[in-house]
Amino acid sequence: MRARSALLLGSLGAALVAFALTSPRVVAADKVDPVADAKAFRNFFFQKFPDVKHEDFVNGPYSMNEDMKRQWQEKEEFPPYEFALDAGKEMFSTPFKNGKTYADCFPNGGIGIRQTYPYFDEKEGKVVTLELALNRCREANGEAPYSYVKDEMASLTAYMAFTSRGKPMDIRIPDDPRALAAFENGKRYFYTRRGQMNFSCASCHVQSPGERIRAEILAPALGILNAMPIYRSEWSGMGTTSRRFVTCNSQTRAVPLEPQADEYRDVEYFLSYVANGLPISGPGARP
Amino acid sequence: MKLSLPLAMLLVFSLAPAARAANEADYKAAYATAEAASKEAAGMRNQWTVTVSALAAARKAADGGDFDRAVAASKEAEALAKASIFQAISEKEAWKAMEIR
Repeated sequence: MRARSALLLGSLGAALVAFALTSPRVVAADKVDPVADAKAFRNFFFQKFPDVKHEDFVNGPYSMNEDMKRQWQEKEEFPPYEFALDAGKEMFSTPFKNGKTYADCFPNGGIGIRQTYPYFDEKEGKVVTLELALNRCREANGEAPYSYVKDEMASLTAYMAFTSRGKPMDIRIPDDPRALAAFENGKRYFYTRRGQMNFSCASCHVQSPGERIRAEILAPALGILNAMPIYRSEWSGMGTTSRRFVTCNSQTRAVPLEPQADEYRDVEYFLSYVANGLPISGPGARP
Repeated sequence: MKLSLPLAMLLVFSLAPAARAANEADYKAAYATAEAASKEAAGMRNQWTVTVSALAAARKAADGGDFDRAVAASKEAEALAKASIFQAISEKEAWKAMEIR
């Protein structure tokens, strides 16, 4: 009888100790902590691919496969995005009908600032992406907005990315609960399975980078947006970040959201923040 | 004895209710149910492309007067929509299991 009581008390004690040890962790896991999330995210990739130089992750599938990397490096001598880059530069400097230019809408005349996008606009209470800011600039100057998934937007962002090449991604999350909520919402979107294929963004870009999905080699999620916009041989043309999200959704057989939906803006915020410190490499070229 | 099997089959078939071809009312009912489920999924921002395709196939079959096919496609759309709703509900918590911590 005494032995049974001792056993019962011992079990109860062990259960209480286990609860005391695990409960703070549960609370911590539910608290939004972008710094810890980004650290864990980066460490996951650094440990999974110890031979990949940290700054090389922004080169997507090329960081995962030496043969592809060599082909890409040769292609970079005459990069397929060059036409878009030239067009973007011209568009960027061509005045609107009112005489103003894109430079009037952005800090530092829009040069070398891509690494700070997306940002959290405390006035609006939402994430503002570069594509969104460009269209808002157009509308503020009496011009019609561009499609978020077509060549004009890709050309403009290609030029702006080019002026930031090599600069480390520098996304800030202000001390504002709405900004933290946007980050958390982006994280949730990234990990949530959707579509008939039951895939999340993470299914491909966290669980399987370096693996093939049909003929393609999957890029790691770390630094995946640093190369945007991209020329994709599969598309025979340029693609914006919006186009990338829309296409990913379609490929999982999920109906894509409207470009620049809050979810897309937030997932861009999340993915860009966790890539802080990695260089901008856009515009990129992908198979 | 040899005749007993064919006779039994005849008896079974004669007692079984005759399968009738679907009519427009059947299609409209099946389509309305599927469409409601599809709208629910869309409201959860978790619509599947295959649901939309199945609904379109149902409409096309009905326009051509093939109500059997229209009802089948509607039922397929309903099943797909319900699966997408289930996915949206379960992923409200399940996504956390994939998170890098």
